[in-house]
Amino acid sequence: MIPDTSTEASAAAGPAVSPPASAEVAARQALMGLLARATLKELEAAIERFQPLPKLKDLRPAEVGLVMVQGRAGGDGGPFNLGEATVTRAAVQLEGGATGMSYLLGRAPARARAAAVLDALWQDPALRLAVDDALRPLRRRLAAEAAAQAAETEATKVNFFTMTRGED
Amino acid sequence: MYVAVKGGEDAIRNAHDLLARRRRGDPEVPEIGLDQIAEQLALAVDRVMAEGSLYDRELAALAIKQARGDLIEAIFLARAFRTTLPRFGSSDPVDTGAMRIHRRISATFKDLPGGQVLGPTFDYTHRLLDETLATWARGEEGASALVAASGESTQAAPVPPLAAQENHAALPENGADRGADEMPVAAPMPRVTDLLGDEGLVEASPVDDGSTPPDLTRTPLSFPAERPLRLQALARGDEGFLLALGYSSQRGYARTHPFVGEIRFGTVEVSLFAEELGFAVPLGDIALTECQSVNQFKGSATQPPQFTRGYGLVFGQSERKAMSMALVDRTLRFAELGEEKSAPAQDEEFVLSHCDNVQATGFVEHLKLPHYVDFQAELELVRRMRAEQEQAAEPVSEPSQQEAAE
Repeated sequence: MIPDTSTEASAAAGPAVSPPASAEVAARQALMGLLARATLKELEAAIERFQPLPKLKDLRPAEVGLVMVQGRAGGDGGPFNLGEATVTRAAVQLEGGATGMSYLLGRAPARARAAAVLDALWQDPALRLAVDDALRPLRRRLAAEAAAQAAETEATKVNFFTMTRGED
Repeated sequence: MYVAVKGGEDAIRNAHDLLARRRRGDPEVPEIGLDQIAEQLALAVDRVMAEGSLYDRELAALAIKQARGDLIEAIFLARAFRTTLPRFGSSDPVDTGAMRIHRRISATFKDLPGGQVLGPTFDYTHRLLDETLATWARGEEGASALVAASGESTQAAPVPPLAAQENHAALPENGADRGADEMPVAAPMPRVTDLLGDEGLVEASPVDDGSTPPDLTRTPLSFPAERPLRLQALARGDEGFLLALGYSSQRGYARTHPFVGEIRFGTVEVSLFAEELGFAVPLGDIALTECQSVNQFKGSATQPPQFTRGYGLVFGQSERKAMSMALVDRTLRFAELGEEKSAPAQDEEFVLSHCDNVQATGFVEHLKLPHYVDFQAELELVRRMRAEQEQAAEPVSEPSQQEAAE
């Protein structure tokens, strides 16, 4: 990553709602954010690498619920309730290992459980690199989609010129 | 008073079966899929999510299909569905300054930092019907005269190539140049109001005092309503109602003289603080439209003149709704800004009590349900009054009787 001082400055200025994260937490947040954007196929393909899986306990079978999404008055002012979004969450425990959790947008029990499994595997330091590697196709797809969207949008960039009115 | 009726079970069951058949329409025409609705009627889906106050594209598409395209009925279905689910919590407030921009325009500054991008917009289209879109899922046989005359194939409408594919120079710096598997980070996009705010020319956003915003899904609306509660009601309010109110304020019923400082549409990340984890979990992205209106100013003895603001934020792509919301948010702030109350768009009790189309349609449409006992009582009353009037009209012999009639 290219160091970007402007993002650091704006991150420091904004009021943090959730407590600031340590490097370990930040890495897990990035992972969970990635898993939340994955298709079921992508998650299953990543899990396939770790077969046979250790024994799993469904601590929290996948459950669909709502999260109230908040916005801010004026974009940066006090919060208000914008509306709800459907969210699915799940938790699994690897036998003798870590607890994997997932929270993701949508009603998707199978995706949520698969994401929780990968979150659990990732927490094993011995497997972390392998999980990151297994998720490369997903990262590549998201990067390509974001780049394509940015390029499509950039092509609609407009420059308006003001015309002089009257005779002069 | 509403008195229950009994009976009609067979008729009701048959009516619902008939509804299902009409919903399906001609069986020769392929059935529409949720993916087709979500992809090709995307703005209808956005409206159902916004006013249903429930972000879930698939669910909104299902509601539209079930409601035969009646969007208020679909919004009703979405609202009913949400009551069946538990709530996991409230998200961290979304940061629209970090939005991945799909569209961003300003009517006040032509050269704003970050630039203006039109994105997928109806603006500057000629509003002429496009014959090339007149395709038929059933094939040529179903084609209308419109298409037959044009002699075009009825199979698929042509899709224009992407300008970006022809012009690689248009690729933005972040994304294309970075590692191929790193998701490009959206560059922070300053808000127009920040540009003016730096000079103190525009009022600042209300301060976040750390208090939990009121939630009208938990506590019924009460008045006076503070701004966070008003914004929640407006965000889920009926687009048509708010459009009309915003329009009325532009025409002079409450003088607000707005400019569109900025409209942006794009995706933002939503995250939820999970107690059991002790940190905020990113849940994925949602699409939002935001409108910042910049309105006329007021100064006082203690404060130099500055622009005031209205704010609109809506699920999905809905500029008309976001703009209407910003206009009405601004008119409702009349008291705080020391303005005179002169119009319906300023009356929060009037606006907020009537902007919810599920409540409105419920009360209006209940009128068609049986009111037989009610009506019988009124019929009796009218008959009695008429009889009494007739009696009164006759030549009066005993004044005491006339008094009794009143």
